[in-house]
Amino acid sequence: MSEQTNIWPLWEVFVRSSRGLSHVHAGSLHAPDAAMALRNARDLYTRRNEGVSIWVVPSDAISSSDPDSKGAYFESPQGKDYRHATYYTKSEGVKHL
Amino acid sequence: MAAASLQSVPQPQPGRDTEVLSEADAAGQAYFDRIIAEDSRIEPRDWMPVAYRKTLVRQVSQHAHSEIIGMQPEANWITRAPSLKRKAILMAKVQDEAGHGLYLYSAAETLGTSRDTMTQQLLEGKAKYSSIFNYPARTWADMGAIGWLVDGAAIANQVPLCRASFGPYGRAMVRICKEESFHQRQGFEILLELSHGTPAQRQMAQDAVDRFYAPALMMFGPPDEDSPNSKQSMAWNIKRFSNDELRQRFVGMIAEQVKVLGLTLPDPDLRYDEETGTWIHMDLNWDEFKAVIAGNGPCNAQRMARRREAHENGAWVREAAKAYAEKQAAKHVTIGAA
Ligand SMILES: [Fe+2]
Ligand SMILES: [Fe+2]
Repeated sequence: MSEQTNIWPLWEVFVRSSRGLSHVHAGSLHAPDAAMALRNARDLYTRRNEGVSIWVVPSDAISSSDPDSKGAYFESPQGKDYRHATYYTKSEGVKHL
Repeated sequence: MAAASLQSVPQPQPGRDTEVLSEADAAGQAYFDRIIAEDSRIEPRDWMPVAYRKTLVRQVSQHAHSEIIGMQPEANWITRAPSLKRKAILMAKVQDEAGHGLYLYSAAETLGTSRDTMTQQLLEGKAKYSSIFNYPARTWADMGAIGWLVDGAAIANQVPLCRASFGPYGRAMVRICKEESFHQRQGFEILLELSHGTPAQRQMAQDAVDRFYAPALMMFGPPDEDSPNSKQSMAWNIKRFSNDELRQRFVGMIAEQVKVLGLTLPDPDLRYDEETGTWIHMDLNWDEFKAVIAGNGPCNAQRMARRREAHENGAWVREAAKAYAEKQAAKHVTIGAA
């Protein structure tokens, strides 16, 4: 099957739903190049005014944290409640603070 | 901690489920079990049991194939739609179904099976798709019955799937369900207009409902006692309700809606059972269901031939786009080097 080796690369699609908001991951698609990826993304992910701007990124260009080390990698904020405003209770009742 | 590519999907080790688990697999299984017990979501790069992955690839790709094949009965009517408005609506609906197929193929791909492999399985007749699309769409009223009953049954099935434990599947379903409600309403409106039209139009509407009622009910799959895999799917939080539960719930909804249409459902046994709080419907012909799934429905051969033809006719487009992309990339390299 010659097409098995002919597959178009995979792209991740990010859509900005309206001005002032960040681009958010919408899904992925296959396309031969960036221009076609953008066109396909428009047709696939914004058929109902879901976006005002689209980013496409080759999937293999994205690096991600390792899912197996989720505990160790993300545990640093634990025990550091003092990073949250709710940690400071003595000022309760003081206005505009 | 190693940074990992988004696409490096951990591949299952054969026999992992039956043999003694390695330490890493045992930890993975424990983590998986905890996520499921918390009713949280499994993401593509998480450890998952081989059977869970296999079940999902099969279910999600079958679902994708159904959306793609499902374009055909309605696409056949685009050129014969009775007005420009109806033509535009039907085109938008068929385009949506293509989109649904693509969302689902993307979701299935995150499990490590390539889009080409899935397409190949469909073209070679090795993959299944929903039996309903092997029934013919004979009249314009069928566009109404398909929207109301077929998309309606699909919605009843899909809304609980928005909470499926596999993240990408659930997210695809959320997007799909938002779009499906227009599909069902436009179908209902077609039937409503016909049922309030001339006697011949009204008869055409009733005939379409008569033909699609039983096949639509069979879309929920075999009765619970003949659906051995359902239990495991429910334990994995992929499926939330049994086939029969979803079916009777759907029957209850359309039993009310049909009154607004001024039509009837072709079901002499249909009634609400106060005692059990469920809707009772007639016995369905499961031999017919099995025959259609096995490839012997009225339109199986035609649907598959059309799908293969479309794939072959599109080959030059895929090749040309790829050649163009390569040429452009080469140009950029030359410019960059100069
Ligand atoms: Fe759909
Ligand atoms: Fe639909």
